[in-house]
Amino acid sequence: MEMTRQEANNRLEVELCGVKLKNPIIPASGCFGYGYGMADFYDLDILGAISFKGTTLHPRYGNPLPRTAECYAGMINAVGLQNPGIHKVISEELPKMREVFHNPIIANISGFSIDEYRECCRLIDSEEQVEIIELNVSCPNVHGGGMAFGTCATSVAEVVGEVKKVITKPLVVKLSPNVTDIVSIAKAAEDAGADGLCLINTMLGMRINLRTRKPVIANTMGGFSGPAVFPVALRMVYQVANAVNIPVIGCGGVSSPSDVLEMMMAGATAVEVGTANLPNPYACKEIIEGLPRMMDSLGIETLRELGVRS
Amino acid sequence: MNTDRYKNKIFSIVSNTRVARKTWKMVLEGDTSDFTTPGQFANLAIAGKYLRRPISVCDYDSSTLTLLYDVVGEGTAEMSQMEAGENLDILTGLGNGFNTNECGSRPVLVGGGIGVAPLLNLAIALRRNGVEPEIVLGFNTADDVVLEDTLNELGFKTIVTTADGTYGIKGFVTDALRGENMTYDYFYACGPLPMMRALCNELQIPGQLSLDERMACGFGICMCCSLETRNGAKRICKDGPVFTKDELIWK
Repeated sequence: MEMTRQEANNRLEVELCGVKLKNPIIPASGCFGYGYGMADFYDLDILGAISFKGTTLHPRYGNPLPRTAECYAGMINAVGLQNPGIHKVISEELPKMREVFHNPIIANISGFSIDEYRECCRLIDSEEQVEIIELNVSCPNVHGGGMAFGTCATSVAEVVGEVKKVITKPLVVKLSPNVTDIVSIAKAAEDAGADGLCLINTMLGMRINLRTRKPVIANTMGGFSGPAVFPVALRMVYQVANAVNIPVIGCGGVSSPSDVLEMMMAGATAVEVGTANLPNPYACKEIIEGLPRMMDSLGIETLRELGVRS
Repeated sequence: MNTDRYKNKIFSIVSNTRVARKTWKMVLEGDTSDFTTPGQFANLAIAGKYLRRPISVCDYDSSTLTLLYDVVGEGTAEMSQMEAGENLDILTGLGNGFNTNECGSRPVLVGGGIGVAPLLNLAIALRRNGVEPEIVLGFNTADDVVLEDTLNELGFKTIVTTADGTYGIKGFVTDALRGENMTYDYFYACGPLPMMRALCNELQIPGQLSLDERMACGFGICMCCSLETRNGAKRICKDGPVFTKDELIWK
């Protein structure tokens, strides 16, 4: 019996940038806060890792309301990187997170200048339990920062190169789909020293209220996410994984065990689950619990045998 | 170690009927144990809609949940078509709800439009605590009036206003309150923002106000309903929806 349980655990295990994860399921940044807010729903230690809310150097309130709109098979958000700032994250949020979560933390860091990215990454690098730093160069909801870095190969390379100088932990770069050629951006990040990639962030979208004839979102546009973007994310993961030699985290619309396996068959080493957590707070738990049966039905013994890189 | 706390529950629709021009009343049967105070809300999964729909709780007891909702868009239109016997997946016990201990000795409950919904359970809870509230309900027109009959049957003193004068006092809730010579020492309110702003400006007494906003998750994670208050950014779904008059900033 003990043996069987051990085997059952091992079959989901993956290694991401040298970090062992008990399974490839990672709640995506912005859809899980700093973790502890989700601890009422289930035991968070079942998760492979958690990518925490996008954090900047200074506290940010974010964009005006409304910040969200319903779409077919998805939603738009324009939160605008609301966060308490890196210092409060380290002094207040991380201690609360550690009380309820003991697996690797992925620190999602955003910024408006190279100096800001570098300073935030330097500060978070020495935090215990933060095993991977995820550089968010792809937030579509802030001006003069975020996505502005992620849509140009030269600036991606520059920010990655500068950050790599001040950190010791693996650096994963989260890429925007709102580009002409995501492969060239991915290669630029790899060449500049990125240890891994995460894709995709949200797709720029909008909705209009028919009665007011005005955009639903106060910020006019926002990031479109949810099951509707899954095929686009999968395609980009496939293209990028075939073009680079570093691990790729698949992200975008993942909502079920089969989505996870598709992402991994496309070349993803691990999978982030974002928007699915919002209508269903148990999404990650259900995916993790459903994976073994889905693998059984497909004759997959272990996730490692899918041949993804570590 | 955490224990799973399954807050999403399956409820069965007992009845779902139109009670005013654009307002429906849905009575559901299920496990209401996560509701602890008036003014909390339920988040309903609607077939064909990606995000849940947050609906404030009008009344509840140990096994039934009563929701009053306006049909304002596709999600609520879908809700209005549901029939008795259908099941709904609901996240329950969301939001802080009203603080019924901090209520003065002569509180007034003020509701505007569909914002009247949470006042029924609040009135009942206050009376249970030995405080008898008075109630002012404001609507646009006679065809919109809801909840007055129920409150009257329970013996609560209830004043109704309509903006067009087709029923009750002509004007807004603030007009009715001026006529009452204002002997109240505390207020609870839920309604459109202009009404809430007017109340905060006119009433020189402390109070609590329940806000409404587009939400994605409803349980404090996505930051889509964040509000700037005098105590910093607060999530309407998790830290609210009820805030004290002192916390709110009117721009």
